[in-house]
Amino acid sequence: MTGDRDKIYARIREALREPAPRHHDAPMRSGAPTATAEFRAWLPHVGPDFTDRVALFAKQSDALKSEFLECADAAAAAAHIASLAESNDWKQIALHPGELTDAVANHLPAGLARFPVAGGYDKFALEKCDAGLTECETLIAQTGSVCVTSRSSGGRALSVVPPHHIVLARRAQLIPDLTAAYEHLAKKYGASYPSFISFISGPSRTGDIERILVLGAHGPKKLTILLLP
Amino acid sequence: MPRPAALFHTDTERTTADEPRRAFVRKALRGYEVTRSKTAATFTDWQQARTAAAETKYEGINHLDRCLAEFEEKFTARGGKVFWASTSAQAREYILNLARERGVKSIVKSKAMTSEEIHLNDALEADGYKVVESDLGEFIQQLKHEPPYHFVFPCMHLKRDEISALFEKELGSAPSDSPEELTLIARRFLRQTYIEADMGISGGNFIVAETGMISITENEGNARLTTAMPKIHVALVGIEKVLPKLADLALFLPMLATAGTGQHMTCYNSMYAGPRQPGETDGPEEMHVVLLDNHRTRLLADAEQRDALGCIRCGACLNVCPIFKNIGGHAYGTTYQGPIGSVITPHFRGLQEFKHLSAASSLCGACTETCPVKIDIHHHLLHNRRNAVAQSKVWWERLIWFAFVFAMKRPWTLRLATFFAPLQKLHPIVLGTALDPLRSWTKSREFPEVAFESFHDWWAKRNASK
Repeated sequence: MTGDRDKIYARIREALREPAPRHHDAPMRSGAPTATAEFRAWLPHVGPDFTDRVALFAKQSDALKSEFLECADAAAAAAHIASLAESNDWKQIALHPGELTDAVANHLPAGLARFPVAGGYDKFALEKCDAGLTECETLIAQTGSVCVTSRSSGGRALSVVPPHHIVLARRAQLIPDLTAAYEHLAKKYGASYPSFISFISGPSRTGDIERILVLGAHGPKKLTILLLP
Repeated sequence: MPRPAALFHTDTERTTADEPRRAFVRKALRGYEVTRSKTAATFTDWQQARTAAAETKYEGINHLDRCLAEFEEKFTARGGKVFWASTSAQAREYILNLARERGVKSIVKSKAMTSEEIHLNDALEADGYKVVESDLGEFIQQLKHEPPYHFVFPCMHLKRDEISALFEKELGSAPSDSPEELTLIARRFLRQTYIEADMGISGGNFIVAETGMISITENEGNARLTTAMPKIHVALVGIEKVLPKLADLALFLPMLATAGTGQHMTCYNSMYAGPRQPGETDGPEEMHVVLLDNHRTRLLADAEQRDALGCIRCGACLNVCPIFKNIGGHAYGTTYQGPIGSVITPHFRGLQEFKHLSAASSLCGACTETCPVKIDIHHHLLHNRRNAVAQSKVWWERLIWFAFVFAMKRPWTLRLATFFAPLQKLHPIVLGTALDPLRSWTKSREFPEVAFESFHDWWAKRNASK
């Protein structure tokens, strides 16, 4: 059942017979090879090397109220998570299997229960977890965003249901901008994209009441990003 | 006068008299303008970014058939279902049927102006379904049984004590004057709803042709929960939302955030390519996209105003509009408020019934200047005025123009009028009463003093006395 497809197509084609005037100026060309790479010339600037990217990502994270930390190794990342768990009295942490999550989980204290989400899980139980630990596709310096997908980060719910989301990334995953993030996805997945891709920029928020910023509207109240070598 | 116009007149009279509310809304919008300008200034070239966005949308809209075909092919290949709705009734019927067939009990919704447009909640509730709006602003408006005040900030006109009183009455919560506490009340109430709902309904900010995706922009995470937990996801999207390429979002996501709220990036920008795929952990079993025409093709057929379909619903034109700031969102009586609403509503719901909105403008052009996709909004208001008159002439306007032309061609009429000008001295007798023939003017303004002598006579006298 597709509804009025043919009728709507007929109306569209009839309407488009008359060409529309452009009410905007002719677009300028920046000399970039593709139209989308060209956006870079107009968007906020990102410095050329890795230290610029780290500095910009740290600055944007700060503005977004995310916590961003460089860790020496998996053990250091686990130590930070353990301290968060202790100060916030966490009982259970949800996570998905993965190279980085496994490496870090190995160092987590035994007292902190693990809730793995691989291959189906009870959503009521996930809702009771205190934190969610995931990997990501990329970190975007330009906007301070984390790119997660249903393939890289344990599905759709793990990164939004628990009240504290912890992201693990390698230094190589920190890329300059959104254009690079889309290039990465196209190269990695070809035509078979994950069913869910999201750019997460800071903890969940709302300004619906008197435009006053409140964190933790429906998603996580806190977002921690740990950068490993 | 047709009903919407009469309603507009009484409503604006009421809302403009509410000075405290106007001041409250103005203050919020001033705050927006400051943040927005700061964020736009971080762009290497905001003006060129606007041009690039306008051009991308131009490409999409002017190849709408090709873009939609590509979207449908890619999206259905991944197990998604597409339904094409010519009218709101068809869209409602499809979603209702789906709910019936799948034995749905409770429905959770994330913000979708298209659902306001087709009055989806009323239809679902009439059929016995429990429907909960999950965006905080929409949730508040739903409890208040009121349409959104602004299509990006649904409850920007409400103060915290009003929201607290509403929650107290409807949810039985304790009163609070902290926005944080009030948000938490809604969060607790809605958490259960997500997990129990068996259908999630969302809108869509962009349709990506190249990869068959729907992109949804939000701050709260409610759309992510709506599309992650229930077993059916329905996205109700206008056909004009197309972008040709996935990577076009690299431009549009930051621009929508900047123009919409002054953020660099909205908290969650998510792209959905069908239901849960083999090997994925979770996600809905079914994903349906309802492509809504509902007279969008009528606007498409107007080549002169076709660029208005490029609107990304950021709300920037509302935020800077002197009319919106003074009459408020509800007075428009439309789903889409503000300058862009005044342009498109006559196409969607009838030019004669909604032409008065195009007249309610100072034509200052602030909307056009701020629009991130460079829609020529204030000229389209003029085009609507012109088209409305061309379509059906108003007899009393014709009479006035006839009298004007008659008088302008005959100098004696002006002399005659000048002769009677001293009669103005009698005006104070009737001023402010129902007998005043100039009442519609003097009600809110002073009537200018009329000269007792024509310029022609005054000039002649001046030269004679030299």
